Amino acid sequence: MARQGPPNAAGYYGRNTCNNQYCAAPCIGDAKTAIKHVRIAHHGSSVSIAASFEIEYLQYLDESGKLLNEDAPAFARDVRALVDAYKLMCFTRVFDGKAIALQRTGKLGTYASCLGMEATHVAIGSALAEDDVFAPFYRDYGAQFQRGVKPREVLLYWGGDERGNDFAEPAHDFAWSVPIATQCLHAAGSALAFKIRKEPRVALATVGDGGTSKGDFYAAINAGGAFTLPLVVVIVNNQYAISIPRAQQTAAKTLAQKGIAAGIESIQVDGNDLIAMRVALDHAIKRARHGHGATLIEAVTYRLSDHTTADDARRYRSEDEVKAAWEKEPVKRLRAYLQGMNAWTDDEEKEWLAECGKRVDEEIDAYLAVKPQPVSAMFDYTYAELPLDLERQRADALTAAKG
Amino acid sequence: MAQINLIEGITMALAHEMARDPAVVVLGEDVGVNGGVFRATVGLQQKFGAERVIDTPLDEAMIAGLAVGLAVQGMKPVAEAQFEGFMYPMIDQIASHAARMRTRTRGRLTCPAVFRAPWGGGIHAPEHHSEAIEALFTNIAGLRVVIASSPGRAYGLLLASIRDPDPVIFFEPKRIYRQYKEEVADDGEALPLDVCFVLRDGSDVTLVTWGAQVKETLEAADALAAEGIHAEVIDVATLKPLDFDTIHESVKKTHRCVIVHEAPYTGGFGGEIAARLVEHALYDLHAPVERVAGYDVPMPLYKLEMNYLPSVARIVAAAKRTLQAS
Ligand SMILES: Cc1ncc(C[n+]2csc(CCOP(=O)(O)OP(=O)(O)O)c2C)c(N)n1
Ligand SMILES: [Mg+2]
Repeated sequence: MARQGPPNAAGYYGRNTCNNQYCAAPCIGDAKTAIKHVRIAHHGSSVSIAASFEIEYLQYLDESGKLLNEDAPAFARDVRALVDAYKLMCFTRVFDGKAIALQRTGKLGTYASCLGMEATHVAIGSALAEDDVFAPFYRDYGAQFQRGVKPREVLLYWGGDERGNDFAEPAHDFAWSVPIATQCLHAAGSALAFKIRKEPRVALATVGDGGTSKGDFYAAINAGGAFTLPLVVVIVNNQYAISIPRAQQTAAKTLAQKGIAAGIESIQVDGNDLIAMRVALDHAIKRARHGHGATLIEAVTYRLSDHTTADDARRYRSEDEVKAAWEKEPVKRLRAYLQGMNAWTDDEEKEWLAECGKRVDEEIDAYLAVKPQPVSAMFDYTYAELPLDLERQRADALTAAKG
Repeated sequence: MAQINLIEGITMALAHEMARDPAVVVLGEDVGVNGGVFRATVGLQQKFGAERVIDTPLDEAMIAGLAVGLAVQGMKPVAEAQFEGFMYPMIDQIASHAARMRTRTRGRLTCPAVFRAPWGGGIHAPEHHSEAIEALFTNIAGLRVVIASSPGRAYGLLLASIRDPDPVIFFEPKRIYRQYKEEVADDGEALPLDVCFVLRDGSDVTLVTWGAQVKETLEAADALAAEGIHAEVIDVATLKPLDFDTIHESVKKTHRCVIVHEAPYTGGFGGEIAARLVEHALYDLHAPVERVAGYDVPMPLYKLEMNYLPSVARIVAAAKRTLQAS
C-alpha cells in the first residue's frame, strides 16, 4: 500500500514500495537491505547521507604504563600533578579495601566498592575547579576525596547515617544518588542555573554503563545539547550493571555515541589511563566553561570488585575475565609510568601505602566514634521549620524511644 | 510438601505458573542469570530460558511499559522492580496505561500484568531500599494492590495475581522474606484476592495490618493475651479492592480497632480503613480507632529505621488505649 512518509534529506516524498519507506523505487527488500538503501544512492534517486559520525577513542598509556606515542600532551610531563593523582588513587584503594573489611565485620552496611575505577574518579576530582558542582552516583570516592569529602563521611553514609551526606566540603556538591541516572539531570539543572546567572562554572555528573539506559540520562544529555549547557557527563563504563554485562545493556557499539543523538561532543576514553582521562576532562570542562556546551565522556574501565558487598559476582562472570581485567588496572599502570620517569621509587611506594593505612585507620576510628543521632533527627530536617502536626509525631516517637 | 520461606514461596509460584502457562514471562533487572538480587527468580532462567526470564536493560519506565505492551498482546508479564524505591519511574506507565487500559477501550484491550517488588524497611539497606509505598498505588483506580505476609500466602496470592485478568501491584515484605518456614504444597492452588485473612481470633480488639507488620502485630497479640486481652488479627492482604466486610464483622464483635502499617501516617492506607469504620461502623465502636504507622518523614537510613517502624510496644499501647477508652 502506498504511504506518504516524511521527506528524505533531499526533500523527496517516497512511496512505501520497498521496506524502506523513503525509497522511491519499486523494489522489494528485506529489513537488512532496506537499511542499506538509506546508505547508498539508490535507483538513481537522490538519496544522500543525512548525518554521519565517528567516536574517537583516547588513550596515552598502554597497559604496561608506556606512552603509546611520543607526542604526549603537556599533562603527561606534569610530574607533580601525576604523583598527586597517583597518591590519591592509592589512598582510595586502601580506603576501599578497609571499608569492605569493615562491612564484613558488621561495622558498616552495604558498601559499593570503587576497585578498578580509581583513575577515572581521581581524574574527575582533579580536573574540576572548587567552584564547579559534582553530582556523583554512589562509588565515586576518588573524585569526592579530591574535592574534600572525608572518608569518615563516606563511611557514615554507608553506615546508615544521614550525616554522611552533610559534607563540610564541598558544600554545593550533590549527595550520593542511589536512584540510577537521576543525578544526570541535577547536573544539567545546575548547569542551567550557572548559565542563567552567567557564572563561569561547570556541572559534572557521573553515571554507570547501566545508567545510560535510563530516560533520565538521555534527558540530561539532551538538555545539555538543547540549552548549550556547561555540563559534562562522564559514563563510568565498568562493564557491568550488577550482573548485566555491557553488551546486554544496549546494541550500540559505544555508549559515547549516545551523545551524538543529543548533539553534544562525545568521546570514548581509556578510563584506566589517568592521563587520557585528564586530557579529555580538561578539554570538556574548558569548553563548558567558555560557553561551548556539553560533553559526554565514556570512561572505559572495569569493576574489579563485586557490585556491592551484598553481591557475589562469581554467579555471572568468569574468574578469567576478572584476571584479564587486572592486567589493565589503573594504579599499577600509572605507577609503572611514574617509575619509568624516575618520579616514584619503591621506597616512596612503601612509605605512602603505610601512610594511607594509617590515615584510613584514623578515619575509621573517627567514624566509629561518632555518637548516634537522636531519634528527633528523623524529624528535624523534614522542613525548614517543624510543623505542629509533625511536632506531635516527634513527641510520640521520643516517648516510644524511651520505651 | 516443602518447608519454605516467603521468598521461596514467590519462586515456587513463578515456577509453577511458568510451567503451567506459556504466556507467563518474567522480566526485570538481574532476574535471569543472577536469579534476582534477593534470589526470587533463582533457577527460573535455566528452567524456562532467556526468552521467558528476561534480563532487561536498566530502566524501570521501560520495564513497566514493556509489561503493558506484553500484557495487552496476550502475554502474562511478571515485571520486577528490584526494590520498591525504584518503582517511581514505573508509575507513569502503571497509572497512565496499565490501570486504565480496560476502561479506556471498554474491555477491548486489557492489561493482565503483575508488577512485583520487595517492599518495606528493616533490613539495614541503603537509601531508597526500604520504603512502604503501597498508598501511592491504592489511590490509582483500576489496580489491585496485594501484599503477602507468609510463605503460603506469598505462593497462593502470587498465583492468583498472575492469573488475575487485571493489573496487580504485588509487594513482598523483604524483612520477613526469610523469617520462618512453613509447609506449602506446590499444588497450584491460588488463594483468593480481594479478601482479608483472619490470622487470629479474638474478642476484645481488632488489629488490622498487612505486610511485614503482621509479625509485630501477632507478637503484640501474644503480649496482650498474656495480660488477658484477646486481640483479633487481620491481614488485609489485598488492600485494593478492600474487603471491608471482614474488618467490619470483626469490629462488630470487638468494638475496637487498631490499624498498623509502616507507611507514613498521613495518607497511609490506614486512613481509608479508619474512614470506612467511621462511615459504616461508628455505632459498633466503643473507642476511637487507633493508627500505629510510620511517621511523616522520609524513611530514615538504617541507623534510625527501627525507630521509624511500628514496634510491638506501640501496638500494645494503642490496643490498651482503645480498651481504656471504654
Ligand atoms: C532506578 C534504579 N533501579 C535499580 C537500582 C538498583 N541498582 C543499583 S546499582 C544497579 C546497577 C547499576 O549499574 P551501572 O549504572 O552500570 O553502575 P555501576 O553500579 O556498575 O557502577 C542497580 C540495578 C537502582 N539503584 N536505581
Ligand atoms: Mg556499571
